[in-house]
Amino acid sequence: MTLRIVCVYPDLLGTYGDSGNAEVLLRRAAWRGIDATLTMSRSESPLPEGDLYCLGGGEDGPQVLAAQRLLDDGMLATAVHQGAQVFAVCAGFQIVGESFPDASGTIHPGVGLLDVRTTKGSGRRAVGEVLVDVAPKESGGLGLPTLTGFENHAGVTELFGQAQALGKVSKGIGNGAGERIEGAHAGNVIGTYLHGPVLARNPSLADELLCRALKVDVLSDLDDEREMLLRDERLQQVSALTK
Amino acid sequence: MDLRTLCATFSVGLVNGVSRRLGRGSGTVAGGRVGLKIHAGLVGQLCEGKSVALVSGTNGKTTTTALLTAAMSTGGKVVASNVTGSNMPAGHAAALAARRRAPIAVLETDEGYLGRTIEEAKPDVILLLNLSRDQLDRMSEVRMLAQRWSEALSRSSATVVANADDPLVVMAARDAGKIVWVAGGLVWKDDATGCPLCQGPIVFGENNSWRCAECSFARPTPSWSLNEDMVVSPDGTVGLMLRLPGAFNRSNALMAMAGAHVLGVDLQEAAGALASVSDVAGRFHQSEKDGIVTRMMLAKNPAGWVALLDLVATNPAPLVIGINARTADGTDPSWLFDVPFSLLSGRTVIATGDRWRDLSVRLRYAEVPHLVDGDLGHALVRAQQEAHGSVDFIGNYTCFQDALKATP
Repeated sequence: MTLRIVCVYPDLLGTYGDSGNAEVLLRRAAWRGIDATLTMSRSESPLPEGDLYCLGGGEDGPQVLAAQRLLDDGMLATAVHQGAQVFAVCAGFQIVGESFPDASGTIHPGVGLLDVRTTKGSGRRAVGEVLVDVAPKESGGLGLPTLTGFENHAGVTELFGQAQALGKVSKGIGNGAGERIEGAHAGNVIGTYLHGPVLARNPSLADELLCRALKVDVLSDLDDEREMLLRDERLQQVSALTK
Repeated sequence: MDLRTLCATFSVGLVNGVSRRLGRGSGTVAGGRVGLKIHAGLVGQLCEGKSVALVSGTNGKTTTTALLTAAMSTGGKVVASNVTGSNMPAGHAAALAARRRAPIAVLETDEGYLGRTIEEAKPDVILLLNLSRDQLDRMSEVRMLAQRWSEALSRSSATVVANADDPLVVMAARDAGKIVWVAGGLVWKDDATGCPLCQGPIVFGENNSWRCAECSFARPTPSWSLNEDMVVSPDGTVGLMLRLPGAFNRSNALMAMAGAHVLGVDLQEAAGALASVSDVAGRFHQSEKDGIVTRMMLAKNPAGWVALLDLVATNPAPLVIGINARTADGTDPSWLFDVPFSLLSGRTVIATGDRWRDLSVRLRYAEVPHLVDGDLGHALVRAQQEAHGSVDFIGNYTCFQDALKATP
């Protein structure tokens, strides 16, 4: 099988280097000899059929437009029901949920693939490094090593229904709705506020997505020495931060 | 000049003098801060009676400010300018206090401070270069900035010299009273793909033309443009003989020429003055040691990188890339994944700076083989040892400053 990776609307959702996530997935598949393609699917074109969709961060106006176009297009929801995986970051995380606010606070409908809803936060914008202790497999979590990334968002995201947090925040803000938790996942959809791009900083999360999309339990090892050097440095530096 | 202004101005000079003698750098910001503490309206007071030009935008501010300053200095005129790139109010106060009798001020202005500076300095001309993603942990997102610019410009009587090739700049400038549109170029288009008015797609065509596919928003017809090395202006054409390299510097020069023209400088004289500028605060500076020339370049964000890659990608010399993420750089280096580093494949690349690990991971996914060296000085020496003739260095803001110190 050819693994079809789709970067959703890079013209609208690509503010924080987030198309890097799709690039990381493509390379990590290709380096293992897995046949994979990456389509950068711009917002003026219909979304193609795919196995793994990546959504990134975006500014308020483009975010509203992206959600509207995804709802009109319909492909993302269809693909998810047929088993495709979705990885959504920041504005993309809000979009795959039930609803989210624009700059004025007006609530817009999301694509409704994940049981989260976002409202405008009343406090300061959440900006900075984040560390997330991922929930273990035994409790239905992803069971991955600590996630590292950078957040920059004003929204506050609440979970309901089937959605489970990715884990507990030990540094940074995360979802910001009281409990110190970050991101959400349920079924085929994973959402997070971490950019950076988060998959370059956390190769185990990248490989988890590849396993899910390829429907396999394990992948062959890659030489991740560079990623590990970066992870170790970030974990150490960020743990030492006072806030 | 009232007593408070005099006292504040004097304090700026005193603090900066002491600071320089103590070897704490040029001290511009320290003195400026003290001056503003004594008199919050110091910038406005010191601008009174001067011809004032502001230069703002994400990319090319420092270079364009230097070029405009050169053009305004023709005939021996004294110009007050924040040449070191300290582009917030403290830097403005320091530059103005250092040359308070100058009849002209050319001030590089941080994008986020443009509104406040317009209010205080009451400029005659404002140059707007571009808006692209930069330091998103500190700055607003680009559309918010464009909106704030638009509001500030609507309250100003200045002539706005604006880049017609950037839809976000056009959105910000279009309601200004007096506008001069310049074909200032736009290498990085990823922040301008959506219409800032209706969110429809912006369609880019030939010769930098663009229009919104869904509303009437489109590129205004520029009255200043480039034809290779010729500046085409409403008053005729004149040749540029720049010593600064690259297409982006020709665009900076065009903006500076249009700004100088608004302030009454003759075209030929302005072009002559621009030709005398060889490096700007160390940017494009070339130093030679043991027969190896090291060329120093600065790129702080994806737009700056795309412009420079165009210049360096085909150069076979070893390339040292230095990335920091200190406060002045923006503490989030995610933008490295917006840079098309794969263009460097085949060159000898050494990754350095505080955040060499982030850069190394980025280069891995761009499939650019590279060496790493966390010590900037060592990295430069290693490249010079491997070089036949020349070495290129590109760093972001604070790493570039460190590299300048390391290469006398």
